Amino acid sequence: MLNSEVFLDIGLNHYLIVAALLFSMGMAGVLLRRNVIVILMSIELMLNAVNLTLIAFGKFTNNVDGQIMVFFVMTIAAAEAAVGLSIAVTIFKKFREVNIRFFEHLKG
Amino acid sequence: MNHSLLMAILILSPLVGFFLNGLRYRSQKANLSGGIATAAIFISFISSCLLVNELISMPADARKIHIKFFEWIYVEQLKIDMGFLVDQISAIMILVITGVGSLIHLFSIGYMHHDKGVTKYFSYLNLFVFNMLILVLGDSLLTLFVGWEGVGLCSYLLIGFWFTDQEKATAGMKAFITNRIGDAAFLLGMFILFVTFGTLNIQELNILAPSVAETSWLGAITLGTLFLFIGATGKSAQIPLYVWLPDAMAGPTPVSALIHAATMVTAGVYMIVRLNPLFIVAPNTMMVIACIGAATAVFAATIGITQWDIKKILAYSTISQLGYMFLAVGVGAFGPAMFHLMTHAFFKALMFLGSGSVIHSMHEEQDIRKMGGLKKYMPITHATFFIGWLAIIGMPPFAGFFSKDEILWMSFQSPMGHTALWAMGAVGAAMTAFYMTRLMCLTFWGKSRVAKSIHPHESPWLMTVPLIALGILSAIGGWIGIPHIIAEILPGHPANIFAEWLAPVLKPIPALGHAEASLEWGLMGGSVFLAVISSFVAYHFYVRSPETPKKISEALGPIYKLISKKYLVDELYFGAIINPLVSFSKQVWYRVDVNLIDKTTYVISDFVRGGGSLVRSMQTGNLQQYAMYFGLGIVFVLAVILMR
Repeated sequence: MLNSEVFLDIGLNHYLIVAALLFSMGMAGVLLRRNVIVILMSIELMLNAVNLTLIAFGKFTNNVDGQIMVFFVMTIAAAEAAVGLSIAVTIFKKFREVNIRFFEHLKG
Repeated sequence: MNHSLLMAILILSPLVGFFLNGLRYRSQKANLSGGIATAAIFISFISSCLLVNELISMPADARKIHIKFFEWIYVEQLKIDMGFLVDQISAIMILVITGVGSLIHLFSIGYMHHDKGVTKYFSYLNLFVFNMLILVLGDSLLTLFVGWEGVGLCSYLLIGFWFTDQEKATAGMKAFITNRIGDAAFLLGMFILFVTFGTLNIQELNILAPSVAETSWLGAITLGTLFLFIGATGKSAQIPLYVWLPDAMAGPTPVSALIHAATMVTAGVYMIVRLNPLFIVAPNTMMVIACIGAATAVFAATIGITQWDIKKILAYSTISQLGYMFLAVGVGAFGPAMFHLMTHAFFKALMFLGSGSVIHSMHEEQDIRKMGGLKKYMPITHATFFIGWLAIIGMPPFAGFFSKDEILWMSFQSPMGHTALWAMGAVGAAMTAFYMTRLMCLTFWGKSRVAKSIHPHESPWLMTVPLIALGILSAIGGWIGIPHIIAEILPGHPANIFAEWLAPVLKPIPALGHAEASLEWGLMGGSVFLAVISSFVAYHFYVRSPETPKKISEALGPIYKLISKKYLVDELYFGAIINPLVSFSKQVWYRVDVNLIDKTTYVISDFVRGGGSLVRSMQTGNLQQYAMYFGLGIVFVLAVILMR
């Protein structure tokens, strides 16, 4: 049985810890994985970790600025995902694979 | 027509001709290009005739057409207008330049007919006339200097016209560089005059010139005029800067006639005559000018005797005749200098064009040892050359007699002159007669030594018409300046028109005494007698007994060798000035430029390049690596912030 008291004890730090964990996972994914799709997903993870901190700060400081900021981040993230995925599709069409190393061909 | 329009046509017509030909410089239509160029100069000639006609209709002491087109440089006291002045002196010059210039342009059509660069040639020639007109018409020393430099440029372009020949290209550079030495002195002279008088306007300078002679060697006027004279020795080929003129014969022969005999090289004489009120009050400068002039006259004549190239002989003759003009200027006889300038333009242009006609028919052969007996093949060239010969050796009544005799007489009689100067002039005149007769004998008279493969022929009418016109001028051109003592015995007592024309703008020689007519007659007869004798000797040497000159030259041995090698002056200049300068420059180049400046910049560039290659190795194109740097960067920044 879960005690409802537990939820009441959740404070700012808990949110931040979760966000930091999410961010680290995302970062690890960006740095280590070779699949572009996965890397894009990891970037989403990092962005959402940031969103989480913003909302948390907003809630605990009684300020809506953080939540407004999140809308912007989500918009940008959507645009970024669209661009990133279209590049990924192009890469796939050319090399029949979406490995990050093919992005080296973008070097001038 | 109004004066400024005439002046604009006079000056701009050659410039238009230059652009018309210069914009189609690849064209090989000799008749069209030559026609454009000749027409451009002829239009100038007509406008200068009209302008001079206007001058004649004015009262004698107010003959002056001054047109200011626009203000050129106005800085503090330095006020220079783009203004042009036709007075008695520049009137003579513009008539000679455009008149003789049109004849030489006409001659060039025939002479350059088969040359591939004919259009370029004519455009340069027109540019030259334009610059020469700027030089003679400019109303300030700076405007004059613009033309002075412009004619130097055209001279360079035309001497090195056949620049694929290394020797000819070098001759062009030699002329240009030698002239630059003179030009540097000319600039210094201008600075001194500007600092002293606060103006460069020629008319103002002439008015501001003091009336009392300056006796000190270091006075402003003496120094200023001396520097201007050094500039003149460069342009007018006097000792010590004459060395470029013989080499300038590398250019096409009509160029030698126009630039290196008739017009450009007389610019120095003209400049001094135009500033005569300044020069006359600097007796020390005048003495230097007279001595250098007389020395050059004799020195160049001795070299002329030993040369074998027809154009080189004429070149040394030109230097020698320019020496006479400077001798005249130096003793204060500005009128006779201008007179000789004019007659010399006629007969020397005639002789150069005649030599061009000979060279043309001899298929570019210039060595007079390989000529002889050309009289039979080229009657018109011979007849006109004959007139030129009579004129230059000073045979009455041809043009050269009157002008040369007046110079010799003034160098004797003027208080600024000296018997020694007269003696040098007379000896020079005798030598002139000798080498000119030698040239006539070896080229036109005697037995033919022409190679069998060459068939000499008379030149086409385009070339003979200018010769005939100049021949007439050389024959009668001196009659406008008949000296007083001869005029007295002639029917109708013709006046010395030339001297009267120039009198209002020339300062008289101070303390000029009255001389006995018998003395003048005696000296005149003496110089004619000397000329006749030395011509006869030359005729005897080179036609009747051709072995004699060889014997004499062998008997003279080393002296003859020294003279025929042009006194080794070129070698002296190379040994004493040019080679040390070049090796010094090489040392400076090696030690300072290569070892110091270059090495310093190499160190800097190596550092930058090394840093660049280090940073470049990080730029792999691997996105994840970039993200890594990014992450590390954030960690670093955060660490710095948190640790603080």
